[in-house]
Amino acid sequence: MNIVVAIKQIPNLTDELEINSEGTGLDHDAVQYVLNEFDEHAIEEAVLTKESAGGSVTVIGVDTTGELNEALHTALAKGADKAAKVTGDYPRGTDSHTQAKLLADAIKGLAPEVVFAGVQAADDRDGQMGPMLAAHLGMPYVGVVTGVTASGGKIIVHKEYAGGVMAEFEVTLPAVIGVQAAHQPPRYAPVSKIRQIAKTAKADELSGGEAAGAGSTVRRMFKPEAAGHAEMWGDNADEVAEKIAGLLRDKGLLK
Amino acid sequence: MAVGLDKVRPENIHEEKSLILEGMDISGHWNRMFDPRVLTDYSVENLEKVAALPGGESLMWCYGCAKCTGVCPVDIVGDYSPRKIHRKTQAGMDLFTSPDLWLCTTCMNCLRVCPKEVNMIHIMPAVREQAVLNGEVPPELQKAFEDTAKHGNPLGQPQRKRADWAKSAGVPVPILKDLKRPVDVLWYVGSYPSYHPRGMDAARAAARIFNALGIDFGILGAEEKDDGDSQRLAGEKGLFEMLAEQNIAAFSKYEFNRMVVTGPHEFNAFKHEYPKYGGDFTVLHYTRFLVEHLDTLKPMLKKPLNPSTSSGRSLKVTFHDPCYLGRHNGEYDAPRELLRTIPGVELVEMGRCRENGYCCGGGGGGMWLDSHTKDHTQMRLSERRVREAAEYGAEVLAVCCPFEVSRFEDAAKSTGNDKLLVRDILELLDESMKG
Ligand code: SF4
Ligand code: SF4
Repeated sequence: MNIVVAIKQIPNLTDELEINSEGTGLDHDAVQYVLNEFDEHAIEEAVLTKESAGGSVTVIGVDTTGELNEALHTALAKGADKAAKVTGDYPRGTDSHTQAKLLADAIKGLAPEVVFAGVQAADDRDGQMGPMLAAHLGMPYVGVVTGVTASGGKIIVHKEYAGGVMAEFEVTLPAVIGVQAAHQPPRYAPVSKIRQIAKTAKADELSGGEAAGAGSTVRRMFKPEAAGHAEMWGDNADEVAEKIAGLLRDKGLLK
Repeated sequence: MAVGLDKVRPENIHEEKSLILEGMDISGHWNRMFDPRVLTDYSVENLEKVAALPGGESLMWCYGCAKCTGVCPVDIVGDYSPRKIHRKTQAGMDLFTSPDLWLCTTCMNCLRVCPKEVNMIHIMPAVREQAVLNGEVPPELQKAFEDTAKHGNPLGQPQRKRADWAKSAGVPVPILKDLKRPVDVLWYVGSYPSYHPRGMDAARAAARIFNALGIDFGILGAEEKDDGDSQRLAGEKGLFEMLAEQNIAAFSKYEFNRMVVTGPHEFNAFKHEYPKYGGDFTVLHYTRFLVEHLDTLKPMLKKPLNPSTSSGRSLKVTFHDPCYLGRHNGEYDAPRELLRTIPGVELVEMGRCRENGYCCGGGGGGMWLDSHTKDHTQMRLSERRVREAAEYGAEVLAVCCPFEVSRFEDAAKSTGNDKLLVRDILELLDESMKG
């Protein structure tokens, strides 16, 4: 099975996030970029699918940082067979609409049977990468998938709904799958292996076209503003219990 | 060996009614006698596989004298030593997939006595690196690798919070990025002192001591990453190299005269390994650094630490030599000198001390292999060590390696030696300065 995984770099949320001076977005130069966590699951599910059903995995992303190689080499170390990147004048934080268009153009030429993408990303959180890819490619889309089984030109996907409801879909290929979680935790790629690969591997470079436009604009971005303040009641259990009971009584919740 | 410490638990001895092993029928009662198999019956393939690795060569040199077995800390709680590894490998064991691969703490006691210089400090990382590349790593160790790769520390804590401990030190802890001027001392704090609750206690104590001594110092804060030495010894060389490059880049941004480190593993890394990657700095472990300041420090140690001064009885403190400060780097005296300077303290030596010091079990990746080691030994090395401290009547077990405080405190609890206090020397000095 010819599997393609579309990946995206996002700001590292464990870093301190800085807002730009206009107050309209992140200060992209002040944050470090890492691979979207859901994409790590997409890569894992792709490699697992390849391991069970055969075929090959190509990982592709838009290089918005000049550092995409790191993510691509990691994917190769985890078992992907090929890596490719779309290059051009795409700054850090390029919107998901533009990335979806660029990736769709590049993926067309790869003639995939199935495309995996992370179901969402922590940067714009619109969950649109997968659906837009599918629309551009003219393929069906299933999102929030937590497991894939491939057999005989079809795949069965396991999808999660709210409230713990699960469903299984039989999907006709080619299709785009938005991965919520791989059916086992993403494997660890030893840095030793990634560094070995970095010495020899080369990602195919594809030059991309025009930016597509974000489809929405952010008017104001700001850090959470404190409203009111918490009162600390100390650490004497008896006194604190007394106060809690008093408060509940005041609010009419206790008689 | 202490009474009741069988090396193999009786429940682990299985007696098969009939069994054919490697083509030989060995059915019958377990104590039936067999002719020993001649060593040349075995293929040397597995031994050659180890020896073919750069660093693995010396396993071949073993001539079976067994000097190492007597001193290996893992053998004292289990069945282990370079000699045993050599023999088992010679007789067909595949070290690359054997649980034995993960038991050595790289404590170096075997190398100290080995006439043939069989060097586990090189053999183990070489073989482990292959196991890591093949994905055959105990899950708990893999988790530590992952956390280090992702967050820059094996505890999986956020990088940006690396200096948060300093907020409650009660004294200024300047961060070099904000200081914007050269300093005398770059203090490399380390991961456990930055994030582990008991490690932070030592870090705060150090900050107060440095301030009291008027040291011109700064820390890297969020620019500091784990040194990576233990990950290297556990087989993730690439991770070590990545961290070394990042740390060296951070060190090189600032002007300082020398580096002081809280931990012996960092000391070892910066002294012996980082120069190979272009990071050549003067580095001191904090014990040696403070001994240099002993004349100023001594009058500040006003409060005697003994429980009641009137009885004249002093506090019995014993000291655990960290493998990577002692055997690996030859520093035995500085920690002892500091302890002797604290009023009210009587230093009691344990039997296994100095060159023959026991190992806490945390080195060479052992810090992150607790379950694995527990499954293949009678008791944790840290548990054996606190028992020894208690046997010598110590009230305080003093340490100067950030791996050890939590290891020994847990061990003191699990062995019923709750009364034994575990303290970093920094904490004892700080306590005495409060007088
Ligand atoms: S001390 Fe050295 S030569 Fe002797 S048994 Fe141990 S490893 Fe072999
Ligand atoms: S380095 Fe230490 S733990 Fe490892 S084999 Fe030698 S004595 Fe035993």
